[in-house]
Amino acid sequence: MTILRGRVHRFDPNDNINTDYIISGRYKFKIDDIRKLAEHVMEDIDPDFASRIEKGDIIVAGRNFGCGSSREQAPRALKAAGVSVIIAESFARIFYRSAFNIGLPLLTCETGWVRSGDLIEVDLSKGEIRRGSTGTVMSTSRIPQVMQILLSDGGLTSHIMKHNGFSLETDKME
Amino acid sequence: MGKTIAEKVLSSHSGSDCRPGDIVIADVDFCMSQDGTSSMMMRELRSMGFVSPKTKRGMAMVIDHNSPCPSADVSVIHKAIRSFADSHSIPLHDVGEGVCHQVVLEQGKVLPGDLVIGADSHTCTYGALNACSTGLGSADVAAAAYTGKLWFKVPETMVLRVDGDFGLMIGAKDLILTIIGKLTADGATYKSLEFKGAAIDSMCMDGRMTVANMAVEMGAKFCPFEFDSTTAKWFSERGIHAEHGLSCDPDARVESEMDFCTDDIVPMVARPHSVDNVCPASELADVLVDQVFIGTCTNGRLGDLEAAARILKGRTVKRGMRLIIAPASRAILLDAIEAGIMHQLIKSGAVVVSPGCGPCVGTHAGVPSDDETVLSTANRNFKGRMGNNKGVNIFLSSPETAAATAIRGTITDPREVM
Ligand code: SF4
Repeated sequence: MTILRGRVHRFDPNDNINTDYIISGRYKFKIDDIRKLAEHVMEDIDPDFASRIEKGDIIVAGRNFGCGSSREQAPRALKAAGVSVIIAESFARIFYRSAFNIGLPLLTCETGWVRSGDLIEVDLSKGEIRRGSTGTVMSTSRIPQVMQILLSDGGLTSHIMKHNGFSLETDKME
Repeated sequence: MGKTIAEKVLSSHSGSDCRPGDIVIADVDFCMSQDGTSSMMMRELRSMGFVSPKTKRGMAMVIDHNSPCPSADVSVIHKAIRSFADSHSIPLHDVGEGVCHQVVLEQGKVLPGDLVIGADSHTCTYGALNACSTGLGSADVAAAAYTGKLWFKVPETMVLRVDGDFGLMIGAKDLILTIIGKLTADGATYKSLEFKGAAIDSMCMDGRMTVANMAVEMGAKFCPFEFDSTTAKWFSERGIHAEHGLSCDPDARVESEMDFCTDDIVPMVARPHSVDNVCPASELADVLVDQVFIGTCTNGRLGDLEAAARILKGRTVKRGMRLIIAPASRAILLDAIEAGIMHQLIKSGAVVVSPGCGPCVGTHAGVPSDDETVLSTANRNFKGRMGNNKGVNIFLSSPETAAATAIRGTITDPREVM
């Protein structure tokens, strides 16, 4: 897996950023084109975010990121907006699965040390985050093996097509 | 060693003897999608060359979130859903039939001990019927419809014991708001919540659905209630044969246990902008409310409408206040008409909108104006949730508190108006 580099975006609130905030019901029901939806990500808590974000940027948050509705538009719109990885102290269950299903990696670790605007480097396979190219290194929890398989197969649907069903025997990853 | 309901359901559906933390591939009994999540599911299914659902009792698609259609943009999506359902022989529940969860339950597609998924986070509602059901994204539902199976991580179980007897004007919604206040918005993440205790044994099915519905507001994965005579009766009244179900073994290993007593529960309200920000209704007596909404998959059932009508009987909605009601399904609307409940509500000044999600998710039929305050019987009060993020404050309560508030115009403990 690759090394990702990008600028950090943090939000207020830091905890419990729900999927309504990620992409409001005002848009998700009527806009089917994910790139158009991406123009409205985070609008209710950070109206300029969609215009500020650059490809490869990284979202950093506190606890329970992605709670609330099951809308898969949330991880998809973030990915379409250019987000390369999300780092949070914890994620809500449905968002966690959906993000890996659509090929957006998530990492968990303590995040108080990262500020908005920091340039960070993320090594997904080692589970390491580095500030700048020489700065502080922080370890994250390992991405669960099931999620690693889904990511490397290009998401859940490609996984199923590739193996003609599920092939998630987790020992084969070690 | 015994097993929890979640362990029993995932073991029987995966043909293994599983324990918390295990990853299993399990057979899925039924799955569901609604009009806000179907487009993405259909895209995945088309790319897989999907023919028809492999899940044991098939699937359902429901048009409920924007129902009837509020705009030309949405009508394109609805049209695509109708044509997809038609070409794959999937039962479609079109506008006016009701909120997806209520419709699925009424169809009798969910049985005790089932494993069910839906592309809507409140799919956990079916736990009331002794099923393990959970909300997932569209790709997961597509995978289950295509293969008949899905992978699950076996959850840890938290047992919540509720003892006592609910008093007048206090019930399921007050209980679940109390629990969420205590456990917080992520206090049950990934867990199966399993209830025990006298207050649960005497709780009606509508109440159990309200409680199970909101389990996801603490991050829970499943919320299966034990099978008992109330469950059996609910099925037999609908002509469905279901005499057996599952319970959590006394010697099952559970992660934690918590005790609640109805003596400590009063009418509760969740304040803006998070569901765990709760306090007693009586502490909010100075909050002026512009709109009250009674409905949703949380509290739009017959018992909820009946409770509101009982309080509104012989009274009218406060001048300047809007009371909007959306029955959770067509069947509930018909029953409420027959029982005289609708007549009472409308006479008191309520506006009744079509069965479905109504203003819950901010698409139509009751979007508040800037800086207004809403009291709703729904399950979420996030900023912007009802379609306007400019200074709108949303409070959540039981139908009893909602009706009392509609009469007074300020947040009211329903015991004060009886
Ligand atoms: S009533 Fe509200 S919470 Fe329930 S399914 Fe509809 S939008 Fe979701």
